[in-house]
Amino acid sequence: MKKNYTISIYTENSVGLLNRISAIFQKRHINIISITSSASEIKNVSRFVIVVNLSKEVVKKVVHQIEKQIEVIKAFFHTDEETIFQESALYKVASKSLFEERHIQNIIKNSHAKIVTVNTEFFVIEKTGFRHETEQLYKDLAPYGLLQFVRSGRISVSKAPMKIKELLKQLKKYSNE
Amino acid sequence: MTIKKNISGAEALIHCLIEEGVDLIYGYPGGAIMPFYDELYKFQDKLQHVLTRHEQGATHAAQGYARVSGKVGVCVATSGPGATNLITGIADAMIDSTPLICITGQVPSHLLGSDAFQETDIIGISTPVTKWNYQITNAKEIPEIISKAFYIAKAGRPGPVLIDITKDAQFDNFDFKYSKCKGIRSYKPIPQINLKSVEDAAFIINKSKKPLIVWGQGVILGNAELEFKSFIEKTNIPAAWTILGVSAIPTSHPQNVGMVGMHGNYGPNMLTNECDVLIAIGMRFDDRVTGDLKTYAKKAQIIHLEIDPAEVNKNVKANVPILGDVKQSLPLLQKLVDFKNYTNWYETFKEHDKIEFENVIKNDLYPKKEGLTMGEVIKEINTATKGNAIIVTDVGQHQMVACRYADFNLSKSNITSGGLGTMGFALPAALGAKMADPKREVVAVIGDGGIQMTIQELGTIFQTQAAVKVVVLNNEFLGMVRQWQQLFFDKRYASTELINPDFVKIAEGYYINSKRVSKRKELRKSIEEMIKSEKPFFLEVCVEKEDNVFPMIPSGASVSDIRLS
Repeated sequence: MKKNYTISIYTENSVGLLNRISAIFQKRHINIISITSSASEIKNVSRFVIVVNLSKEVVKKVVHQIEKQIEVIKAFFHTDEETIFQESALYKVASKSLFEERHIQNIIKNSHAKIVTVNTEFFVIEKTGFRHETEQLYKDLAPYGLLQFVRSGRISVSKAPMKIKELLKQLKKYSNE
Repeated sequence: MTIKKNISGAEALIHCLIEEGVDLIYGYPGGAIMPFYDELYKFQDKLQHVLTRHEQGATHAAQGYARVSGKVGVCVATSGPGATNLITGIADAMIDSTPLICITGQVPSHLLGSDAFQETDIIGISTPVTKWNYQITNAKEIPEIISKAFYIAKAGRPGPVLIDITKDAQFDNFDFKYSKCKGIRSYKPIPQINLKSVEDAAFIINKSKKPLIVWGQGVILGNAELEFKSFIEKTNIPAAWTILGVSAIPTSHPQNVGMVGMHGNYGPNMLTNECDVLIAIGMRFDDRVTGDLKTYAKKAQIIHLEIDPAEVNKNVKANVPILGDVKQSLPLLQKLVDFKNYTNWYETFKEHDKIEFENVIKNDLYPKKEGLTMGEVIKEINTATKGNAIIVTDVGQHQMVACRYADFNLSKSNITSGGLGTMGFALPAALGAKMADPKREVVAVIGDGGIQMTIQELGTIFQTQAAVKVVVLNNEFLGMVRQWQQLFFDKRYASTELINPDFVKIAEGYYINSKRVSKRKELRKSIEEMIKSEKPFFLEVCVEKEDNVFPMIPSGASVSDIRLS
């Protein structure tokens, strides 16, 4: 049975690794739902978070093939229940509607969104939360005219520990340094 | 640690290769790699360069060299088309786990991304078909990256590595220091053996009545031929091989029950679906081996000895995986397993062998008809070389026939393109094989289709005078495709008939001694003459046009649905 899995990948910070990882999905004709890459809790170690809709059997094979890449330190996969995950969205709205359409202020208040900036031309709202929450805000604001909308990929931390620091200590004996 | 003050990146590159024990490279020069070639000119006494006639030839030659020597094969090309021409060989090395270093020149770093002359994103292009790749834009990176490249190519499950070096990084000077790479933090090439799984495997094996070993190239890549032989002899279990596994033990070994897979032997394929334990050693359950996975070895518990965790449970679920290096795991398992006679079980194999002999082998090796068969050519090569030759094959009918019938006494003797099925592989790979071990006889067996994909490498063979023996089995067809058209496409021979040139004249054009045979009574003499020759020799054998290779498991069918005709 297919479901959403969050794949978390700890890697060395090197050029071209994104290409190498995405090639594994491409090879199996798998569509990536969302992908983010950022720093991790460890210096010089990057972390990818990739969301895919797959069967457990396939996600396991993919994760093995990801781990096989030289610069990948460790990869995990989790179901939604096993992670804490969020997405961020930005909404750019014309400033005049903030004053002309009083209802917008209620929408912002009720959604617990944050106003990032306001000027005479436009204002920008930021909302972090689950997909259905950012989508709800999108639906609420759309009638008033969204100048721009953008949503980040999923960021996620696992409930269970990943123990990368311990692993790196262990791996040190394989390293050249 | 080697130290050289203020040398160019290009010279540094050469020192790196020498430090890694390289004395032979294959390649083709061009604009972006010229600084390297200029330095190479000064180091000719230490580093031999073989100029192939196409970059693809350089990769296959390096593959042949690597597969026979067990060392890393090295090839060099320029940027753009030079680099892209390497891709087929790199993909072949990737899927067949051949350690290869490919060095490509690149446009100067300030031009990267500008669509400069002969610029191509070879890192992007080669990513899916390399074990690792890296672009060097600064000369100072050269020693560390090249040492890493050699380590990665060779460590664990071997594979190809591509290093792209911008022209300015070849020109720039720096102080060179070299030390070999001993490990990489994020890469653990050999998984630790779990002793519990070894015990579990032994327990299952010792209870088994009808066990079957299937071994692959992992035995050869792991230098575990002796451990493997000792293991199978201790257990007395029948052992079958994949196309890349053969030659790990002599083909004459009494426990050798033949080849598995699409054109493998009748017994091991049929009995895969009868065995109660299947012990897979250094093989990856390729679809050409397993046929339909839903019906594959369903009566068996699967024990899988494998170095690459991504291969375990990829195609066939293992009841007991033993991760690790077979050179270490086999002796551990050997200690715990019992010897049994398996008399009835061996008898079943013999019965199947008899059926295959009557229906297939007899006609292949002792034909009654007038036309020559591919099988009898291989039989004569066996006789003339006494099974001591390295046989290099291309892809297609001749390849299957050669792998089925060739005798091998020594390991690393069957060099063929297994996973990728690359036509054009054999001629350059045979050159590399011969240069890796000049004392051994190297016979390239090639079809009339494949030879024309890299035929220009006859020029490289002529120039190097490497005494490669080339046998072209000419049936004037792309035979394997024609066979499928006959069996599965109602004999619609779409674009498979070849109108061929005079191959003998082409070989003569390259000043290579050559001969054509079409009659049975001339065959033995001609092969003897070829083998006796101390120079390269080209033999064209005109074989029956529409022979088929059997047995055959139709694509997608079960291994036990193997056809004899």
